[in-house]
Amino acid sequence: MSVDWFPLWLSLRVAALATGISFLLGLWIAYVLANRQFRGKELVDAVVTLPLVLPPTVLGYYLLVSLGRMSPLGKVYESVFGAPLVFTWQAAVIASTLHAVPLLVKSSRAAFQSVDHSLERAARTLGVSEWRLFWRVTLPLSRRSVVAATVLAFARSLGDFGTTLMIAGDIPGRTQTSAVAIYDAVESGNTLVARVLVLVLSVLTIGIVYMANRLEHRQPAV
Amino acid sequence: MILARISKRFAPAPDSAGFSLDIEFEAQPGVTVLFGASGAGKTLTLDSIAGFSKPDTGRILLDDKIVFDAAASVNLRPQDRHCGYVFQNYALFPHMTVRQNLAFAAEPQPRLERHRRVAEMMERFHLVELAGRRPHELSGGQKQRCSLARALIGSPKVLLLDEPARGLDASLRAELYTLIRALRADFRIPILLVTHDLEECFALGDTLLIYDSGRIIQSGPPQKALDRPASSDVARLLGFGNVFDAEILALDPGRNTSRIRARDREFYATYFPGHLLGARIALGVRSGDVRVHSAPGDNRMPAKLSRVVEQPRGVRLEFADGLVADVSRYDYSQQRDNQEWYLELPPDAFRPIGK
Repeated sequence: MSVDWFPLWLSLRVAALATGISFLLGLWIAYVLANRQFRGKELVDAVVTLPLVLPPTVLGYYLLVSLGRMSPLGKVYESVFGAPLVFTWQAAVIASTLHAVPLLVKSSRAAFQSVDHSLERAARTLGVSEWRLFWRVTLPLSRRSVVAATVLAFARSLGDFGTTLMIAGDIPGRTQTSAVAIYDAVESGNTLVARVLVLVLSVLTIGIVYMANRLEHRQPAV
Repeated sequence: MILARISKRFAPAPDSAGFSLDIEFEAQPGVTVLFGASGAGKTLTLDSIAGFSKPDTGRILLDDKIVFDAAASVNLRPQDRHCGYVFQNYALFPHMTVRQNLAFAAEPQPRLERHRRVAEMMERFHLVELAGRRPHELSGGQKQRCSLARALIGSPKVLLLDEPARGLDASLRAELYTLIRALRADFRIPILLVTHDLEECFALGDTLLIYDSGRIIQSGPPQKALDRPASSDVARLLGFGNVFDAEILALDPGRNTSRIRARDREFYATYFPGHLLGARIALGVRSGDVRVHSAPGDNRMPAKLSRVVEQPRGVRLEFADGLVADVSRYDYSQQRDNQEWYLELPPDAFRPIGK
């Protein structure tokens, strides 16, 4: 019996996309939290952190309610793309993104805030715009934490199970990611598939986390 | 030129007393020294000019351009104020080389200008050899030069220096003073320099603004402040350890002398123009002008030594009744075993305090 590699490719694709989206979204939220003063700022931070601590099923339920075919958002999506969002691999991307964003926001916000304030002030007196200041000073000086958080976010996306199962379902060849496929294989007594996928996923994740740790603890170059 | 009239209030908080800044001054091209104790509002003034701190009221003009006006709700971003700012810690970008620091600072300049400006500044501040180094590979003096070059690369309207000599040793300090004097001649812009080092005021300052608790309590040429402190607070800040309440007993403008009575003793002093016989007058004597002896004599008064403090340049002798004398180590070694102490206040050491 041969192993179907589709779940692994799907997982990698979903994780890559989710990481890309959460990188941009996470940096933006972290930048706003680190630099702007507004009411309810810590509330935003708390809400962003929720996916880290809520049971995945709770998160999945929220997503189903807010993105399902009967919800306003779901209806808008369906009228634009002509098909429902739930139970597609795109829904899995959303589920993974939701788990990855808090990791990026938490680390990046702390990193941005720890950049020496006088460097940012110096750049401002030199006439450097806020946009350039971010990309040329703040981000490069926080890059270690940001890269480490991004790698962790990728690993986290790769392993998402509960939320993905609830909103993307378990459709072999379409929405079945590795984590879901392993569950499926074990349930149906297909131990070879389960073992291979578990092994591949474990090696991949260990490799990624090891890399992230090395990045974070390497002697600073500056 | 800088014209500033601003005020800002900080309400008292559980962990800090309240503070209010309320100042008005004008700075022409040349070095204006902001002098005063820590927490007097000097750096806050720089930050208000640069646009990092928003005053509650008032306005700030840089070269006839309004950069802040509370009444008209004008508050330009730091980016639009064209201030060169040299921070206490130099604030060089640690991930860039010396050349990259300058090039990054030159980016807002017209494209064709950039390269020339960077080359010019590297040359002007002797940074050519250091072009490829990162800030952590530079000495304090080199960082200082790089920071100055970076601040000046965009031809700012004013240069703000926040305690530039802090952390530099004596020889680097002298080098820095030479550099700042050269900048004053070359750039012809107002240079505001924050310090709490009295010597720096006199080494560099064309104008002195003396800060005390958020107010400017005296302004003018440094020498004038020294000759004529506006109040006993100014006298204290300028190192007049000794303040006397005196009565004028005799005045002789012809021989430029006078006789005064202070602390129940009579002293000779220089002539005090504008004061009448019998008038009471506050006089200050700088601690460095006091001489110490073991025997009585002209213009001497007995005093009781209460404390001896070692200082970098000599020894500070603190006497009862708030009298202070700074003497050289040699002088002190000659007299350390004195049974009695007499302080000599030379006639030209008495400086009138107040208007």
